[in-house]
Amino acid sequence: MLIAVLAGLIVSILYIPFGKYLRGRLAILVALLPITLFAYFISFIPAIQDGRHVHSHHPWVPSLGINFDFHLDGLSLLFSLLITGVGSLVFLYAAPYLKGHRYLDRFYGYLSLFMAAMLGVVLADNVLLLFIFWELTSISSFFLIGFNNGNGASRKSSLIALGVTGGGGFLLMAGLILMGHLSGSYSIQEMLGSNEFLKSHTLYGLILILVFAGAFTKSAQFPFHFWLPGAMKAPTPVSAYLHSATMVKAGIYLLARLQPVLGGTDYWMYPLVVIGGITMLYSAFHSIFRTDLKSILAYSTIAALGMLVFLIGIGTAESLLAASVFILVHALYKASLFLTAGVIDHETGTRDVTQLSGLRKVLMPLSVAGILAALSSAGLPLTFGFIGKDLIYEATLQTTGFWMIALTTLALLTNGLLLCAGFMAGIKPFTGNLPDSFAQVHLPNGLMWGAPLLLAILGIILGCAPWLVDDALLNPAAYVMHQSAIDSPLKIWHGFNLVLLLSGVTLALGTLLYIVRKPSAASLASIERYNNLAPKHIIGSLARYARKISIRYTRTLHNGYLRVYLLRIIIFAILLLAFRLFTGGPIKLTFDTLSPISIYEVVVVGILIAAIYITVTAPSRLTAVVATSVIGYCICLLFVFYSAPDLAMTQFTIDTLTVVLFVLVLFRLPPFLNFANRGVRIRDGIVASAFGLVIALVAIQVLNQPVDGTVSKFYGDNAYLLAKGKNVVNVILVDFRGLDTMFEIVVLSIAAVGVVSLLKLRLKASEKE
Amino acid sequence: MKSTILKTASNYLLPILLLFSIFILLRGHYYPGGGFVGGLIAAIAFVLHSFTHNTDATLKLLRIHPSSLIPMGLALAALSMFAPMFVGMPVMTGLWFDEPFPVIGMIGSALFFDLGVYLVVIGVVLTILFTISQYSE
Repeated sequence: MLIAVLAGLIVSILYIPFGKYLRGRLAILVALLPITLFAYFISFIPAIQDGRHVHSHHPWVPSLGINFDFHLDGLSLLFSLLITGVGSLVFLYAAPYLKGHRYLDRFYGYLSLFMAAMLGVVLADNVLLLFIFWELTSISSFFLIGFNNGNGASRKSSLIALGVTGGGGFLLMAGLILMGHLSGSYSIQEMLGSNEFLKSHTLYGLILILVFAGAFTKSAQFPFHFWLPGAMKAPTPVSAYLHSATMVKAGIYLLARLQPVLGGTDYWMYPLVVIGGITMLYSAFHSIFRTDLKSILAYSTIAALGMLVFLIGIGTAESLLAASVFILVHALYKASLFLTAGVIDHETGTRDVTQLSGLRKVLMPLSVAGILAALSSAGLPLTFGFIGKDLIYEATLQTTGFWMIALTTLALLTNGLLLCAGFMAGIKPFTGNLPDSFAQVHLPNGLMWGAPLLLAILGIILGCAPWLVDDALLNPAAYVMHQSAIDSPLKIWHGFNLVLLLSGVTLALGTLLYIVRKPSAASLASIERYNNLAPKHIIGSLARYARKISIRYTRTLHNGYLRVYLLRIIIFAILLLAFRLFTGGPIKLTFDTLSPISIYEVVVVGILIAAIYITVTAPSRLTAVVATSVIGYCICLLFVFYSAPDLAMTQFTIDTLTVVLFVLVLFRLPPFLNFANRGVRIRDGIVASAFGLVIALVAIQVLNQPVDGTVSKFYGDNAYLLAKGKNVVNVILVDFRGLDTMFEIVVLSIAAVGVVSLLKLRLKASEKE
Repeated sequence: MKSTILKTASNYLLPILLLFSIFILLRGHYYPGGGFVGGLIAAIAFVLHSFTHNTDATLKLLRIHPSSLIPMGLALAALSMFAPMFVGMPVMTGLWFDEPFPVIGMIGSALFFDLGVYLVVIGVVLTILFTISQYSE
């Protein structure tokens, strides 16, 4: 199973060297990967049907509890088949769709990466592993939304999507770590055992907030839904695959997966039902005002995601079964509608539903796909959507009292609006009169209309024969969420009852709405007046304000004057050290432990002071630099007196080189200008003296502390025995602490690269002038 | 700099200083010295040469650009660090030849590590200084 997950990652790397051979007809070959994986996961169906689970374990970072633990049960299998199945069709579809595109290889690389990441999410048993794959899906989605990187709107949308999903992912990580920490295991299967403990823990609320934040941002729930319509800037196969059938369902998957661990309480149920309810009604309402095909589909996708969250929130056996059915129903019809919209866009060059009509005459097989998918989304009898909708109503009718009426009404309204949106996207472009401008439109490559047609027909087949997937796929998936068997086989016909009545009302409502409502730019404009109140606008302005504030404080703190930086750093160090010094107990100044002062030291210190005086009063830079180097050499001499020859040698050479460097840099500068007036000099003098005083006090204080000699004794004793060296300093550098040295030389190299690139950059700019 | 005495002297000082830097590098394990100081001394030798002649002449003398010494040094240090892994010992285990070599003395993986440091230091210092001096010319 590890190989199945990692295959996509490996293949995506292979596109880098070999991708260029995939242009042209060979592009079909890329679909081999998802098709193979699809077949591989199909082979697990009998095992899952028998109630067995497949587990695979490979250690990765066992000390941190991160392992390649994969667990395949009904829920994972449902998602894996969706990912690889829809993936296969999308891979095939994209080959003619993006034929001749410059970055076709890159596109397939991202898509393979995404598929692997998504499989990782749904198969991972270790929550940290799940999180890693979760973030990988966000990242690959970022690249795919911004795939047309020449387009500014694309880039902006991809950043928004990454910001929202990445921010949610960050919170999710905290939630998952908290869960793992409290339950003592990062394995979801093991967490199942400690679910009562987690639910009664005082941090349960916090865990829920963090997990919800992750799931809601990923699955585009209100008020984080706005990134999804923006994500429609991606090429249509991506929208169909990531932003309707799979990636946005990762949040749903997470909720479904954690339902048995965290679910079943009021704190779990109410937020999900309320947020899911708001999301589904809000975006179903929005979807019918859109005129862009993909926009309609995007909003109806958000509504469907809201519906799924809502169903998981209700949490009864019926609602969980309804959720697992609806996941499949929605993936089939929505992917089909998206792919249909993609063909329309590709062939006619527009996605505006107000302009599209009568395309059935030129795109016959495609219109079958669109209409069948729209019917399934509408939930007509004998479509798979009908079964899904029945289950949704059954689930809402299971609740009692006020909730039953409220939830059922909510579901009814949403379904009606969704039906209208589905008709607008799937039926409207194909009916009516064909405008002359579209008369030349012709059917594209068979793969492009074959993929949506296959999905749409599958929706009908499953609608007529739901037992094909009932025991094999959907019941095991619901079983994972509910943790007990659900005895309610999917039926094509339930007889005449309340559920059927509700379905009929939905159909009538939606159809009526579809006939009455004519999508137009004017109605779109009328709803866009309220954009100022939309979450997208509010969160966008928050981000802008945050940016303004950060620019302002950056300008205050980082004003570009090196002297100001130095002054601030030194004053801060003085305050910090002085605070510690005076609060850390009485200052004892004992000079008896110090060695007596010799005549050499007096002379050196005398030179030192003279050099400092010259530095401060020097009329030119070069004089100041030379005087500074005298200070450096005097300090070297002091090192020699106190038997630190290694240090002295290094310091000596460094000082020499510093002077050379200074001369090289300063030599070319304009003549010395005196920026500092008397006041500034006095201030700098006070700061410098205070710093010196504090450091001196600290040094004397340190000498008063008892010295722990074990470390130096170890080095002294073992330098020759273990490292065969007599110079302890050098042995420490190259042997005992060799790793430090290694990183130091790496840092040095980085510094060199930095200096060179900075200067080369300047050279080029001056060449331009 | 137009000083004939310094120019002539630097021609002789360059090899002597380089020899001295290698001496400092090699003695580092027993007496004060080591790759870092050795590298700095070698760098100073070349800087002195570049002052009296000019940077281009020194670069010509070096044959390879000093920046290429950086990856060489890093690779050597990393190799000596990871070499023990290939014989199944932990990273950075000190490996030594049993017998001392003439002139150089005992040779172990630490020496190669120090040599890597030596090369990186020369590379970094010369790259920075030469880039700046070429920029200011």
